[in-house]
Amino acid sequence: MDARRRHVLAGAVALAVAAAGVRAAAEPRVIKVVARKFVFLPREIALKKGEPVTIELTAPEVVMGFNAPDFKVRTDIIPGTPARVTFTPDKAGTFTFLCDVFCGDGHEGMSGTLVVT
Amino acid sequence: MTMHRRDFLKLAALGGGAVFASSLPGCATLGAGGGDDFYFVQLSDTHWGFNGPVVNPDARGTLPKAIAEVNALAVQPDFIVFTGDLTHTTDDPAERRKRMREFKEVAASLKNRNVHFLAGEHDAALDRGEAFRENFGETRYTFDHKGVHFIALDNVSDPGARLGDEQLAWLAADLAKQPKDARIVVLTHRPLFDLAPAWDWATRDGDKAVEMLMPYQNVVVFYGHIHQENHHMTGHIAHHSAKSLIFPLPAPMSQPKRDPVKWDPEHPYRGLGFREIEAEAPSKYEIKELEVKA
Repeated sequence: MDARRRHVLAGAVALAVAAAGVRAAAEPRVIKVVARKFVFLPREIALKKGEPVTIELTAPEVVMGFNAPDFKVRTDIIPGTPARVTFTPDKAGTFTFLCDVFCGDGHEGMSGTLVVT
Repeated sequence: MTMHRRDFLKLAALGGGAVFASSLPGCATLGAGGGDDFYFVQLSDTHWGFNGPVVNPDARGTLPKAIAEVNALAVQPDFIVFTGDLTHTTDDPAERRKRMREFKEVAASLKNRNVHFLAGEHDAALDRGEAFRENFGETRYTFDHKGVHFIALDNVSDPGARLGDEQLAWLAADLAKQPKDARIVVLTHRPLFDLAPAWDWATRDGDKAVEMLMPYQNVVVFYGHIHQENHHMTGHIAHHSAKSLIFPLPAPMSQPKRDPVKWDPEHPYRGLGFREIEAEAPSKYEIKELEVKA
């Protein structure tokens, strides 16, 4: 391989690495959460302030809701169809998320915590 | 001549009040019929079928005690309203209907049979109000009483706590028939405003209903759901929540979780109660909170 060709290849590799880096920075971290009667698993979710995150939710039993009012994100969770919410925490602290679709006796206790550092 | 109930009660306390009231020509009849002023009783969140001795070891006895107190009132209210969560939820449709039947049997012991029922999410959210309608009728309706227009809204049959576009259109059509100075009382289960969304104490599209009510000068909202007295203003519209008849809940966002307040054997029935609401023209509402007595 001549020096010119090596140089071109090295440039291409560098570009590919840079592109992957940009993609990695742009794509939110995905955290999977299961909503069962009457608990979110996990109940506590650790997040970083300023880091985009996608919470992917599944509900294997009945329709549930996910609502994090401090970050103004919510979604219904329909069994068989994963639901996603994407947001970037803009403040640090401990915040409640809850099921806001009435799902039975135990619904009132179905909540969890977002811990943003 | 108009006589307020409290004037009547003062006279009654002196003796012979009932004779005095009824002997005056033109004096407002106390109870049904008559002048513009009247009072009604609000009971809420009875959760018939609930079982949790730690928060209420007398779950089946609390409602009958409250009803006995209502029946013993010196002057009977014009009517009584239950603002939802008549029964505690269950996944079993047969058990849900059984609880509703039992609740109706207990409520039938009210001396005053003019009773209006609203649904709560425990009654209606798991079957979109089907069992409730079988037992109590429509989940939303209006009625008029002595110049006051009452609107019962359903923010619970949708498990996602929405009034829904169809009901909002129904509300708009009903309000369009009212003059702007109409005396309007809205009855509902959940708060129509965002009292504590992190505790699910809200109606997702309640702001649309409040916006529709805003042009009307004399509107007040009475609701339940949060198992405690709370008073809030959205503009000129007052929102008053009622105590429960099963267990109290903590003050909004006063602790991490909305766990029921535990029963205090030193103060049984503390935080449980009902209220009298005296409606005085043109738009004054006097609220008197009454505790369940041990």
